Amino acid sequence: MPVQPQTTALLEPPLLVFILLLNLFVLGTSRLRAVIGASALQGVALGILTVTRHGEVSVEIVAVAVGAVAVKGVLIPRLLHKAMRDAAIEREVTPLIGFVGSILVGAVGTALAVIFSSTLPLRDEDVGSLILPSAFSTVLTGFIVLTTRRKAITQVVGYLILENGIFIMGLALIAAMPFLVEVGVLLDLFVAIFVMGIIINHISREFASTDIDQLSSLRE
Amino acid sequence: MLLVPIVGPIVLAVIAFLVRSAVLRSWLVVVNAVIHAAATAVIIVAPPGPMFGGWLAIAPLSRLLLGFISAQYLILSFYAPAYLAERAERPNRLFCAALIAIIGPMSAVMIAHHLGLMWVAIETATLCTAPLLYFHRTPRSIEATWKYLLIGSVGIALALFGSFFLAYAAAKGNVGTSLLFEDMVGHAKLLSKPWLHSAFVVLLVGYGTKIGLAPMHTWKPDAYGEAPGLVGALLAGGLTTCAFCALLRFVQILYAAGEGAVAQELLLVLGLVSMAVAAVFMIRQRDLKRMLAYSSVEHMGIIAFGVGIGGKTGTYGALLHLINNGFGKGVMFLTGGNIHRAYGSRLTDQVSGSIRLVPWSGALFLAGFFAITASPPSGLFLSELTIIKSAFDEDQYGAAAVFLLLLAVAFMGMASTVIKIVQGTPPANVTGPRREPVLTVAPAVAFLIIVIVLGVYIPGWLDDALVDAARFVENRP
Repeated sequence: MPVQPQTTALLEPPLLVFILLLNLFVLGTSRLRAVIGASALQGVALGILTVTRHGEVSVEIVAVAVGAVAVKGVLIPRLLHKAMRDAAIEREVTPLIGFVGSILVGAVGTALAVIFSSTLPLRDEDVGSLILPSAFSTVLTGFIVLTTRRKAITQVVGYLILENGIFIMGLALIAAMPFLVEVGVLLDLFVAIFVMGIIINHISREFASTDIDQLSSLRE
Repeated sequence: MLLVPIVGPIVLAVIAFLVRSAVLRSWLVVVNAVIHAAATAVIIVAPPGPMFGGWLAIAPLSRLLLGFISAQYLILSFYAPAYLAERAERPNRLFCAALIAIIGPMSAVMIAHHLGLMWVAIETATLCTAPLLYFHRTPRSIEATWKYLLIGSVGIALALFGSFFLAYAAAKGNVGTSLLFEDMVGHAKLLSKPWLHSAFVVLLVGYGTKIGLAPMHTWKPDAYGEAPGLVGALLAGGLTTCAFCALLRFVQILYAAGEGAVAQELLLVLGLVSMAVAAVFMIRQRDLKRMLAYSSVEHMGIIAFGVGIGGKTGTYGALLHLINNGFGKGVMFLTGGNIHRAYGSRLTDQVSGSIRLVPWSGALFLAGFFAITASPPSGLFLSELTIIKSAFDEDQYGAAAVFLLLLAVAFMGMASTVIKIVQGTPPANVTGPRREPVLTVAPAVAFLIIVIVLGVYIPGWLDDALVDAARFVENRP
């Protein structure tokens, strides 16, 4: 069933801008609940993007879109919320780079992402599109969160955002990604975060905190 | 036939998970390894055709390395029942299931001929490692597992990102994006160069993290330090080989695109950096297992250096070194684990005179040290010599000099720690000599024999397989 190409094409820029704004939001907030919520919203946006990107609706596309929403938008956020409750923590405290600083780095990073993708030779359909800059910027945001935050749960969200960025890059190449591989990637992501959730649980039990600074007995 | 080494272990893992008896479960590891080795032997002798539209296929590189990981796993597996018997107080259900399952995705990495499928396989293998690292259930092992999972997952995520760059290079070059290695190599010349270069850099960082090349190696000392010896050997010999196999597939694409020099340069620099970092941290290293981890970083650096040198025999030497190192690390990790268990410590302050307390393990540990630091007649001597010779043939005198210097520093650093562990008298609080069950020693003996034999004589079939694999990586006819 073909969808009107005009409507789908119109939806794409706002969705990508929404994802970019969520990136900045994640960088600027200390509340874990909000950070998890933002990554969940990104997951939902990615699910919608999957459909608009194809411009047609088939069983496989819907399966990937629903899978993305279910894994990134529902299952993983629920797992993280549970981990948060079990560990009884609410906020990210004293990150390596402050929240305002993180937003600034994120904003500069987004600008650099736009410049970087314009230096690479793009396919005709990607010229002027936000899809590649969004992918790079989201991967970068994930990196900033991963490297500057101290709570194990926030780091998992950072990993999740990094994966979201890669997923956007995958959407740019939608024709190239076979259905089976996409499902495999989503499944692996889910299992990875599930295992990380178990470990977080054990960390909070053993160390009475999920502050990774506690994990320093192995430092050289 | 290609499916047996992939699916077989997963089926057996489920069975092991359901079995009630802990002893029976530990022997299932051996059963699994024997079946895997038999299936691999059949595949190597008579390579079957591709399956699933070319998604699974046996290429010369996978033929060599699949054979290697299967052989290493087979010998290692005999250590499992004896080890788990010593550790009978710990529940081993999940540990055994993961230990059996892991060789499935590891084989899939070798056999996969599709970029995406290979990625899924390597991620699955990484996830299987988590229960193996977490076996001791101590706070330190949680910390190690956490670092391993997070850093490893980010590394693999970057590898996926790099794979997408490559897919974009193909899309931009109008090659069509089947993501089969066959097509990528066939159309390599058409790939968009800037995207191809960026892709390789991202892939090198991503898979380099899994391989444990410096500066992406930070998880390694923690993970190897906390892992049981058996798992350390499997990680240092098997899983790093899988990640290297993945990286070499991309090196091949660069060679096919006529951009081999880019890959070579990056690998050469990263190889030397890894060797330097490892050498620095091996000096005055007090922790037995962390020393082995840095030794692994060093040897991954040597292999990267060999591929980076290229030339007539550089890649050949690197592949030979990959195999030698895997078997050599088997000796070190298994006997190191035995020594650790006998003393209840891994630190040189408390571990000394192991040749008196556990004579077999102590002696083998010392012999393994000489083998791993490439003293003749060890196989590692031959492979390092092959790499250096190629460096001189290629007029890379400066790089060769740095290479030799770093080898010497690493040797001295490691020697001082090993001598403390092996010689002297055991501390007063431990009494010996201890009983050493045959199966905790025999696998290490087998590894040592292989390493020495490979230093004296390389059988014709192995030589052919190495030559084929090196040609394949460098995309020469």
